[in-house]
Amino acid sequence: MSTIATADVGHHGGTAPHDDHHHHELGFLQKWVFSTDHKVIGLQYGVTGLAFLFFGFLLMLVMRWQLANPGQAVPVVGEALRTIFGQTVMTDNGALTAAGYNVFGAMHGTIMVFFGIVPVAVAGFGNYVVPLQIGAPDMAFPKLNMASFWCFFTSCVIMMASFFVPGSAAKSGWTAYPPLAGIADLEGGNLWLNGQTVWLIAMVFNITGSLLGSINFITTIIQLRAPGLTWMRLPFFVWAQFVTAFLLVLAFPPLEAAGFMQLTDRVLGTSFFMPTGLVVGQTVAQTWAGGGSPILWQHLFWFLAHPEVYVLILPGIGIIAEVVANNTRKPLYGYKAMVYAIFALGFLSFIVWAHHMYMTGMGAKVAAFFQVTTVMISVPSVVLLTALLLSLWGGAIRFTVPMLFATAFLPMFGIGGLTGIPLAFNAVDLFLHDTYYVIGHFHYVVAPGTIFALFAGVYHWYPKATGRQMNQFLGKVHFWGSLVFINGLFFPMFLQGMAGVHRRWYDGGATYELTAPVLHWNKVMTVSAGILALFQLVFIFNFFTSWRTGKKVGRNPWDATTLDWDTPTPPPHGNFDKPVEVFRGPYEYSVPGHPTDFHPQSQKS
Amino acid sequence: MALLRLASSRIFKSPMSNPILKYLPFFTDAEVPHTVAARPDTGLYSAKLGIWLFLASEVMLFGGLFSAYIFLRIGAEPGYWPSGLLNVPVGTMNTAILIVSSITVVMAWAALKMRQLGKYKFYMAITILCGLIFLTVKLSYEWPAKFNHFGVFIKKDAASKYEEFLGNKHLEEAGQSPRWEITGHLLDAPKGSSYEHQAQHNAEHFAHETGRHDAVTPAEDDYVIQLDAVNANPTDKTNDRPHFWPVPMSNKIAVISAKDVESASVFAPRHSTYFATYFLITGLHGLHVLGGILVFLYLWLPVKGGVNLYKTNPEHLANRVEIAGLFWHFVDLVWIFVFPIFYLL
Amino acid sequence: MAGSHSHSTPDQTHASTNAADHAAAEAADIASHIGAYVKVGVALLVLTGITVGLSYVDFGSRSMNIVVGMIVASIKAGLVAAIFMHLKGEKITIWRFLWMTTIFAIGLFFLTYLAHSDPISGTTHSTH
Repeated sequence: MSTIATADVGHHGGTAPHDDHHHHELGFLQKWVFSTDHKVIGLQYGVTGLAFLFFGFLLMLVMRWQLANPGQAVPVVGEALRTIFGQTVMTDNGALTAAGYNVFGAMHGTIMVFFGIVPVAVAGFGNYVVPLQIGAPDMAFPKLNMASFWCFFTSCVIMMASFFVPGSAAKSGWTAYPPLAGIADLEGGNLWLNGQTVWLIAMVFNITGSLLGSINFITTIIQLRAPGLTWMRLPFFVWAQFVTAFLLVLAFPPLEAAGFMQLTDRVLGTSFFMPTGLVVGQTVAQTWAGGGSPILWQHLFWFLAHPEVYVLILPGIGIIAEVVANNTRKPLYGYKAMVYAIFALGFLSFIVWAHHMYMTGMGAKVAAFFQVTTVMISVPSVVLLTALLLSLWGGAIRFTVPMLFATAFLPMFGIGGLTGIPLAFNAVDLFLHDTYYVIGHFHYVVAPGTIFALFAGVYHWYPKATGRQMNQFLGKVHFWGSLVFINGLFFPMFLQGMAGVHRRWYDGGATYELTAPVLHWNKVMTVSAGILALFQLVFIFNFFTSWRTGKKVGRNPWDATTLDWDTPTPPPHGNFDKPVEVFRGPYEYSVPGHPTDFHPQSQKS
Repeated sequence: MALLRLASSRIFKSPMSNPILKYLPFFTDAEVPHTVAARPDTGLYSAKLGIWLFLASEVMLFGGLFSAYIFLRIGAEPGYWPSGLLNVPVGTMNTAILIVSSITVVMAWAALKMRQLGKYKFYMAITILCGLIFLTVKLSYEWPAKFNHFGVFIKKDAASKYEEFLGNKHLEEAGQSPRWEITGHLLDAPKGSSYEHQAQHNAEHFAHETGRHDAVTPAEDDYVIQLDAVNANPTDKTNDRPHFWPVPMSNKIAVISAKDVESASVFAPRHSTYFATYFLITGLHGLHVLGGILVFLYLWLPVKGGVNLYKTNPEHLANRVEIAGLFWHFVDLVWIFVFPIFYLL
Repeated sequence: MAGSHSHSTPDQTHASTNAADHAAAEAADIASHIGAYVKVGVALLVLTGITVGLSYVDFGSRSMNIVVGMIVASIKAGLVAAIFMHLKGEKITIWRFLWMTTIFAIGLFFLTYLAHSDPISGTTHSTH
């Protein structure tokens, strides 16, 4: 906030170039670690988040091995895992234990949602791209931005450290439902140093970091748009980040409150979520007076966690919109409708949360209310997807790597969305609740949905951030391999789920007769997951080698129209090397009569 | 790992050979517009928008806590949501102190806007003082008093044995919720209880005051409690509703067998959902008060970003006081709800 | 919105005279508000007394007392927000998202309450 006292430099976004600042020589720490520059913070968030996505994926691989080969030692790395994670998680011969399965399950969910996708999609791309796209020199509060990242980073360190506390990390799922989460991990007698308590502490830091970041995003978008950049000239990605930031600002605090409550339940022995007369099989280090309600946690949790679903997907849709407009060389179809739809989506996402709770025994009135709102929210979702789909119509599509991921995103997200509709209905949901059908549904939304969008974004903006293109051939290998095997991984989940396979079975259903007809799919999914991992290695290799060896590019390698392609590549501190002014909408591609097929926002005529 | 080490060693050795570092010298914050002057079309400087967004998230944070309060209170069985356990005169005084500090902080801002530095310092000093008094009262008097007050919830099937302390027949006739709890100072705790030390201390005090040494029973599983007035005279009509002035404790004692006890603890967060919400909400509120005081101190002291800013950019200092003040008013506003729901209703 | 403001930057001297005039006008405006701040402060103290007093009046039932107490508290909160926090006459941008916040906060209260008061018939939802 206090950046420069005399920052009364007028009311444009990017004003003068800042070349005069360029010749100090500061150390690595100030440049890359404790930086207040939005681009560095964006990269910090992005790289940390990508690392966590990969780590969360590896946790899942071990779980999938266990599901397909119950009780067998994990090949190759089994003993190493035993050394790293200890005897709670792995048996002596290197197989996953039941407790270890719960640890990996809980941490997979937590890491993918709060430490992987949100940091990459919201904080990473948001920080890097939004100020560039609105023609701002930086975020509105650069120091707050740094504080946001370091809050997040602290939460990462705490969450990773929780693997090494006595009894290993949290085992209560990413949803941490009490009363089981309230008593979990207390057998050791240590109230503070145990998996679930450390999980809660890490989450409080994570949430605080998200809140600081989203306040910054909203302020930046409202206050720092370049002259001429009116609301309806904003790139759609900025709209998506704007709505996402509002979801985070308003939905996260109730979960933070609930996190405090569960923390005091565990360390101070309060009974917010502990019912009267709770009897548990083992002695634990706490006793509770009772009088609390486990359902209260679910309300507060899902009040966040449903909007959180849209936090995961909206930035992805924003990225896809940018990539689609740029590679079809035509304006987005129904830009305004998309903007209104995304607002409707944001609004409705706050009043659908209890559709996760049909099983808690809610009455008909409440269930009816939430069914109606849940079905309503599919309308704006379909508007967004249809607009993107129609944007392809009649375009001279360039199938670049980002565009491949974008085109795959549309049907994949469509499958994820459509399979969600049956779950909106109470009667169907009671049957499908907690089965692999649900797992398949939301993984289609976030994995081949959001994560494909993130890949599209990485390939799309990588040249801007590094000055070099990623290798297109390796990119295509990565894409096709991922597309095939991600479906091999997730599609059988629908079949298993409808047959009744439960999401928390440690042996993948081997001991249940009802699963016999669908049990073989476990092997298919596990093999797909393994091969999917190999194709991600291609991406990682490409990501790091292109940094130094990729084809060099100029300011605007994609012939794009938005302001982010109007800066030097890579953008210097302060971003723009000339005053920025905006004269037109974001996607003026193939304008009749214009000499090139793109007409940048900042070009007067 | 090896890849990472390779990358970092390269960066450390020759920063300028790295393709990114060559183009991205990040030194200080970029010059961001609208830190002081308002953006014409929104009429706001950025920090003001930022603080309001922060307050919006705070509304949802305390909203979550208050909705938990409602949920738990509605769900509580009759007799399990106590009233009249907090010190109303002290709470009222603290409320008044916060309101006064809210007036002085807005006066401090107005003085700064009118460029009256002396008045600003004066009003800000009062604000800080009020905040400190509020916290002191809370931490040195209100909370410790609770931690030395004991409550025992009697099992319902054993309640008839303790009717002389509970007075449920009387309450039923008066159309009131039943009473399941016996409160007061703990004089003797069952063997092995974590309250033994506290009980011993209280018993010595009790013996000193009254000359009675009969409080410690030979039985090893009894709670002995020096009763609050309400449990000493449960059928007294004046005890049916909470008193404004706290009523002194009686010298009567009750002996309660541990096997008749549902739960027993001091008035700490673990005592009941009532005290859990009370301590969590007032504790979080107290942290906000502390945060506010620290920010005000910074703005009041002659430091670079505080009063010294007045010389170079008084408007910037006024803006800072305005946003700190907005935060402070919000803290006051939360207390306006906390006070009645915990102390009065 | 961004399009509505002028793109030309006035020259420096002109801007600073403007700013000085503006600051002087603002100072005079603020001076006229000080009386209101004191009055509101006194009103808040009086209302605090009323809150305490009313809590010892029997309005028929505990819930009625809570309703009365909450009404007085809301009046006090409204005064703080409108006058001390200058929400009265605040910019539309801030009002917009505060309305959103209010709607969601009420939703949070109302629906947790509804979920609690509308269990499936034949089951109990007692928590103690």
